[in-house]
Order: sequence, then C-alpha cells, then structure tokens
Amino acid sequence: MNDDDGVLDRYVPLVDDEAAFRAACERPLPSVVRVNTLAADADRVARAFDAEGTDYERVDWHDGLFRMADRSPGTTWPYAHGWVHGQEEVSCLPAMALDPDPETRVWDTCAAPGSKTTQLAAMMDDTGTLVGNDTSLGRLSALRHNAERLGVTNLVVDQQDARNYSLNGFGFDEFDATLVDAPCSCEGTIRKNPDALEKWTMHHVREVAGIQKGILRRAVQATRPGGTVVYSTCTFAPEENEAVLDHVLREEDCEVVDWDCPLDSVSGITEWEGETFDEQVTRATRVYPHHNDTGGFFLAKLRVGGEADGDEEVAA
Amino acid sequence: MSDGEGAPGNDGSQFDRLPATADDREVEGRATRAEVLEWWETRFGIPPETFEGHTFWEKGKGKLWAFAGDLPSPQEREGVGMTFLRTRQEHWKPTTTAVRKWGHLATENVIELSPGEATAFAAGHDQDLPEWDGDWGYLIATHDLAGEQVPIGVGLYLYDELRSVVPKGYQEELPEL
Repeated sequence: MNDDDGVLDRYVPLVDDEAAFRAACERPLPSVVRVNTLAADADRVARAFDAEGTDYERVDWHDGLFRMADRSPGTTWPYAHGWVHGQEEVSCLPAMALDPDPETRVWDTCAAPGSKTTQLAAMMDDTGTLVGNDTSLGRLSALRHNAERLGVTNLVVDQQDARNYSLNGFGFDEFDATLVDAPCSCEGTIRKNPDALEKWTMHHVREVAGIQKGILRRAVQATRPGGTVVYSTCTFAPEENEAVLDHVLREEDCEVVDWDCPLDSVSGITEWEGETFDEQVTRATRVYPHHNDTGGFFLAKLRVGGEADGDEEVAA
Repeated sequence: MSDGEGAPGNDGSQFDRLPATADDREVEGRATRAEVLEWWETRFGIPPETFEGHTFWEKGKGKLWAFAGDLPSPQEREGVGMTFLRTRQEHWKPTTTAVRKWGHLATENVIELSPGEATAFAAGHDQDLPEWDGDWGYLIATHDLAGEQVPIGVGLYLYDELRSVVPKGYQEELPEL
C-alpha cells in the first residue's frame, strides 16, 4: 500500500489516465534481472534457469531482461555466476540512449551502486575507459562489489563532487560520452519503495534541482564537441527534469536530440506552474508507471556543441 | 626517482603500475608483469595473451588489479579495474572474481564438482574429497551448468579436503542441479 501523502496529486494534470496512473503506482513491481553480456548471453541464462527450475518470463522489448516469478534472484546459479544483475526495466533506458562504443572514454557521474555503470561496461565490451564516480564512499563500495561481481575490468572508480569534477591524472581531458543519472526526489520509484515519498518536500525538490543543474553543466563541459550526454532521473517533477534541461541549454553549448525510446512514453513538457521551457525539451522522454507497468522515469539525450572531428587533432 | 635515495616503498593509498620485468622493478617486493603472466600460465594453463589488453596495478600490500587499458601511473582512485591476484605471500592466491572471469580458459588445477559438491562449495562449506590426485594448493572449482563447465570460485586443496574460499559476500544457498 502506497502512502504518497498527496505528492502524486500535482502530476495528475500531466497524465492521460489518472485512474491507471494511480493504480499502477500502488502495484508492487516485479523483480527483473538484466543479462550481463560480459559473462553470458540471454539464451544461456535461460537454459541455466530452466536447468535449475527457476521460473521467469522474457521481456518482449529487450532480449536481455527477465522478469522473475520469485522475488529473490540472488539464490539462482546465473546470479551467483554474475550472469545476471537485478535492474528494473525502465532503468535500462539511460545506457541504451547513451549507447557508448567500445574503446571510448565514458564518464558515469553518479554511478553507485552501479546497475547502469555495469550495463555501460557491457555495451563497451569491457574496453576503453569507463569512469564511475560518486560522492559517497559507502555507495562506492557497493559499486565496486557489483562491478567485480559482473567481471568488469574497464572501470575506474572515483570519488569526487561531480559538479566540479577534475580529469587530472587520466592523461586525457575530455570524455566521449557522459551519463548523468542524477540524485532526485525519486517519485518514480514508489512502486519499489512504498515509503519513497514520506519525506518529500518542495524544499528538497528545489535543493536537489540545484545539484542536478551543477552536475549536468559539468558533464557538458567535460564531454568533447559532438559527444553525447544523457540526463536521467526517476522523478516526475518538472523542476528536476525539463527545468534542469532548460537551464543547461541556456548556460552551455549543447542541444537536446531525438532518440528512439523502446518503451511507451510521452514528450517532455514546455510549461509548468507558470514557467515555460525551451521547445527542445519536447524531445525528452517521460515514462509513467501505467504506460508499460514499470517505474516512472525521465530521460533526455544531449549533443555537445562544437565541431565533432578534426579540430581536436589540429589542437593536439 | 631521484638519485641517492633507497628504493621507494609500496604506497597503500595509490595504484601503481607493475614493472614489466625484474630489471624495471623500483619497489621492493612488488610482483612484475612477467611473473604474473607466468604464474597464471604455470598454475592454470591460462595463456599470457589472455591479458594482452590489460595493465596490472598494485594497491595495498600485494593486492593486484587488472585494468582493461592504460592510464598514467600512479592513480589515486577508489578502484582501477578488478582485483585479480594476491601476491607478497608464500602462495599467490587468485581472486574469486578473476577465476569467474578467466577460469573457463584454465586447463590445469581445475576440479570439476558434482551437483551436490558444487552446491556445498558455493555455500562456503569445506568438504572431504580424497579422490583428487592433482596438485595441492589453490584450485579452480567448476560445475556443469546447462551442458558446460562453469567456474564457481577458488578452492584450497589440502590433506584430502577441498576448502571453499568463496568470500562471504559471494556465498549463496543454491539449488542442487
């Protein structure tokens, strides 16, 4: 039973079907695992689940996702071998939007505990340099454990404030791609954590929005011209989503670009409580819990401005 | 390194690249890349080319990490790649994670466990296994999963006993296949 203290009321004007939205927010989420392609492919995982008698359902929109009948995938052989990792369906979107190439340099600004980081590592075929940064040492130890468990070797784990992140010591001074999966008010996770909104306040939303703007600006600055930055949150609050994008579009050289979201979704909004945002935010993606029976999510893909190729070589 | 000073010590707060060979060694007691490659090949038959794309690093006393690429040394970070070998002790010890990543390439000192043995091993239990007639010491324990042998972790074989050295955080009560 959820107790959102009326927080979700403010988003009713945004959703197409209030009853379905509220009903979805009150249903618990199924336990989902993502296949770690560094260790096994999806069919091998399926054969192993079959061999041990573990029930699952393959997710139709993503070959490497399994919905588990039992809520604790930890007690299965594929999990013990690091072939799968617990990760909600909707949380797979940011890495898919970033779509990093092998042998590139990628920065995950708020990486811990690492489900998206390890997904990025797998997409990079465990090559190149993936920097997983976070501020909290406790969360970083979870990130390290998860990366080791999944056999990731291209990850550098770093502890800095992402808002003024320094690349000193790496031997390079910009990234090809950066993920900002920002700390947020987490309204979209209410199906997983029914008490997620107990401490929700407008003050916290404004405070965290300031941090999000700082991290996203630094992410654009630290990414090469033509490179990609993905911004994501698990909140519905426009203050933490479109307003943050609007801010970075004004302050930094970048643009919001289209991407094909594989889940049912709607566009970002250009008006909220008397404020208007840059038209480009309509290219952002809002995923509501009732659209695909997942958690809630927000995501935008940005292209960093400037000449993509040639200039760096001349400069070097 | 400046002249007139002794060999620098091992600084536990940073990651240092391993020297290529003994001739390049500046830090006393530090393993070399050549020794590490030779150890994996001699002990488990894992060919040196396996690690061609990886650089090796030491942080702390004898804890080695493998990173899929190159970076300037030293690195003051919380992690550089993955832990894969413990040195600076009489018998070098592979990590559970390294054995799970590269153990399928091993041809020596691999012990194939029955379903019941595999389940006990994964839960962290030691067991009597008098039928092993290979080397004593650290072994790679595997089991059959969906038609293929898969490494579970590191075992220590001594006196007819296979000790599970699967770390607590990786121990699980798993179904018997």
